[in-house]
Amino acid sequence: MTETMAGDSLYDIAIIGGGVVGCAVFRACVLAGARTVLLEKGGDLLEGASKANSAILHTGFDATPDTLEAACVQRGYALYRDICADMNLSVVKSGAMVVAWTEDDLAQFPKIIEKAARNGVTVRRLDAREAREREPALAGDVRGAVLVEGEHLIDPWSAPMAYARQAILNGGTLMRRARVEGGVRQEGVWRLDIAGKPAVQARTVINCAGNYGDLVEAIVRPSPFQITPRKGQFVVFDKTAHDLFRTIILPVPTTLTKGVVVTRTVFGNVLVGPTAEPQQEREFPTVDHDNLEALRKAAFRIIPALREHDVTTTYAGLRPATQFSDYQIEALKNEGWITVGGIRSTGLTGALGIAEHVVTLYRDSFADPAPLKDVALPQMPNLVEELPRQWMQPQRGPIACHCERVTEREIEAALKDEVLPAGTLGGLRRRTRCMMGRCQGFYCTRRVMELAEAHLPGLVTPIGEGHRDV
Amino acid sequence: MYDVLIVGAGPAGLSAARVLKRAGVEKIAVLERTREPGGLPRYCGHLGFGMLDFGRMWKGPRYARALTEAAGVPILTDTTVTGIEPGGVVHVSTERGLETWRARAILLATGTRETPRGPRLVSGTRPWGVTTTGAFQEMVMKGLRPFQNPVIIGSELVSFSALMTARHGQVKPVAMIEENARITARRPADVLAAMVYGTPVLLNTRLVSILGGERVEGVDIEQDGERRTLACDGVVFTGKFVPDAILARTSGLPLDSGTRGPTIDSTFRTQDPQVFAAGNVLRAVEHSGQAALEGRAAARMILRALEGRLPDLVSAVPVTCGEGVASVWPQRLYAAPRGRIVLHARMETLQRGVLRLSDQEGRAVAQRHIHVLPERRVELRVSAAALAGMSQLRLEVEK
Repeated sequence: MTETMAGDSLYDIAIIGGGVVGCAVFRACVLAGARTVLLEKGGDLLEGASKANSAILHTGFDATPDTLEAACVQRGYALYRDICADMNLSVVKSGAMVVAWTEDDLAQFPKIIEKAARNGVTVRRLDAREAREREPALAGDVRGAVLVEGEHLIDPWSAPMAYARQAILNGGTLMRRARVEGGVRQEGVWRLDIAGKPAVQARTVINCAGNYGDLVEAIVRPSPFQITPRKGQFVVFDKTAHDLFRTIILPVPTTLTKGVVVTRTVFGNVLVGPTAEPQQEREFPTVDHDNLEALRKAAFRIIPALREHDVTTTYAGLRPATQFSDYQIEALKNEGWITVGGIRSTGLTGALGIAEHVVTLYRDSFADPAPLKDVALPQMPNLVEELPRQWMQPQRGPIACHCERVTEREIEAALKDEVLPAGTLGGLRRRTRCMMGRCQGFYCTRRVMELAEAHLPGLVTPIGEGHRDV
Repeated sequence: MYDVLIVGAGPAGLSAARVLKRAGVEKIAVLERTREPGGLPRYCGHLGFGMLDFGRMWKGPRYARALTEAAGVPILTDTTVTGIEPGGVVHVSTERGLETWRARAILLATGTRETPRGPRLVSGTRPWGVTTTGAFQEMVMKGLRPFQNPVIIGSELVSFSALMTARHGQVKPVAMIEENARITARRPADVLAAMVYGTPVLLNTRLVSILGGERVEGVDIEQDGERRTLACDGVVFTGKFVPDAILARTSGLPLDSGTRGPTIDSTFRTQDPQVFAAGNVLRAVEHSGQAALEGRAAARMILRALEGRLPDLVSAVPVTCGEGVASVWPQRLYAAPRGRIVLHARMETLQRGVLRLSDQEGRAVAQRHIHVLPERRVELRVSAAALAGMSQLRLEVEK
């Protein structure tokens, strides 16, 4: 039921790319009644753009009004709020404040408020005193803020995992380590070549390939958009900083000094970032010391008390930016192809809205299957710091990762899961939080390796003859 | 109700347990969050343990076993202390769920760990194969190796411990990299490394960035201003130990900005009169034998506390760091008719001059000549009687 090697079966839909958008589209297609396969080149889902973002559920208050992005973000927001509780996904209510530090920043507020109104999002202007009252940890020279109550924190990995899981539970097929290398369409059927595996056949292909979107698009046509991945670096502060503030602190978008977001995460850390650096690398983004140091200083400028807190880790993500500001979504009716490209930083929130839109395009252009009845719902394990975790329960078994308090049982469950087992070490970390804490694996790497060795080959090798335990 | 709960079954905690048990304290337990007692020495498969406290030359696991056997009190493994509150309240996560225990005295002996890549803000990609000495040694001890030809970052004592582990694990490091012009560990460790292990030690060399996709493929380094790439399949960040003081911190006990551990007085008490701290949680990093001796010393103070014989916290005289001094502990001292207090300090940079403890009027209380490197611990003996009537002490170097 999980992953098949069946190359000769014919699918209604083949989705290329298992990021947050691909996972949401996968779910929507399966629930719409289409026989669907998701093809992911990586060893696990969420290995590309979706592995690194700021983990915020956006209202879309600052989206360009009347764009597809604004519509999908708004719809995605509403859909997530509708379905999250059913799958044990959470929303950590925090609200966001666009904070002004200068006269120029303040001058932008009317525009921000007007834009939010056009997007149908309620916001409220706070003067300097009100801003400080809401968040006393803000630096003293704060001039005012626009409060967006509806912006919240979510788990950026459990959510898309839940979408894919629901698709699989309801009959969808996931193929990982399935890199699409090309394809031809004959008599209304796409035959997609997969590196090292049998070809996959489907009537309709949906390109959700993220940072590879233009390269995959070239299978059907010269890509009308080019991806120039935009790198965003982040600094993660220790959980000791978690109680300094609650509201997401957003920059005024046009400040000359590039602003950064300072936000808590649902896992209990504080996150600062991102930078925005256009570049060519599509796969392995780099962090660099000077930019990380600049981010750290920017965070101190906004929340001075962060100086007293340690950095836990750093990371970088790649957003699939194109030459266009809006999403690039269209159905090519004569080609059996739907393009879902240029989904930039709003993809986490927009995904469910995008998926709904894609299914509408599919129904309009290709086929109109009967929606699934009696839909199975996955239950996701909770990783949100503020809610009860498994280590708190009786009969918890040993704790493997002490910084994040991850039990051996949780790690084994993620590795041995029958529906969607961890396929990479990154996938295991995203599912459980192991090795993600302040010691970054000093205490738990060995135990995690012992547990993971049989399931994730290649991480460690046994020491050969001649080794003796002391 | 316990008499004493000890948090952490490493050298400091187990040594304290032994002293308390021998003194006849009845209700003691050592709480250990991992599955087995012994602390970090469990994973150091080379000689060099037990000399100070057992008068023996053992490998780490043997020493860990000796500490455990000598403790003679219940050691509750798989037991995590999640918080401490005033009044001797200890919040614990066990196999039975979350519980609240009480103790007349609590000893924090939560130890130390190395600084991993993240807080060092190192450039590059984030592939598999980047680790710390501690994690590397634990894997090798269990017969696993995550790489075959890593680069070792740092040249502290533990960096050479990583070299020894590498040999056990049939791992051949391509180089050891040190930013400074000399190695941090005492000579002749560098000669030893080069001669015995055949690992080149590159001084004046900075790690520029980590290369690789899924796995480490190399590192860019800068040696004497010149950049080049070293091929390797792993990176071991060694040393830069920090106290594992998160429990103290989240329990509201003040940490010292110099030591990064909880502040203590000369009786090993934190600012909560029922909570004591000893070993490497006080400051990073001393050899396990030193941590063990501190555990014993703290236990003797706990015995006095149980008899109500320790001075009132408010009578303590605070010590602050002045010119040239990076950290000092204990941070609070008591005047007494007799006896001596040993102050420990580390310097910011290489210091040569007179290390002087002076009072609020600038009068010298104790002093000695020093010529030390920043990572070395310096001791200064202070007469407790000399502290009478003082309100503030300052430790500084006069050149």
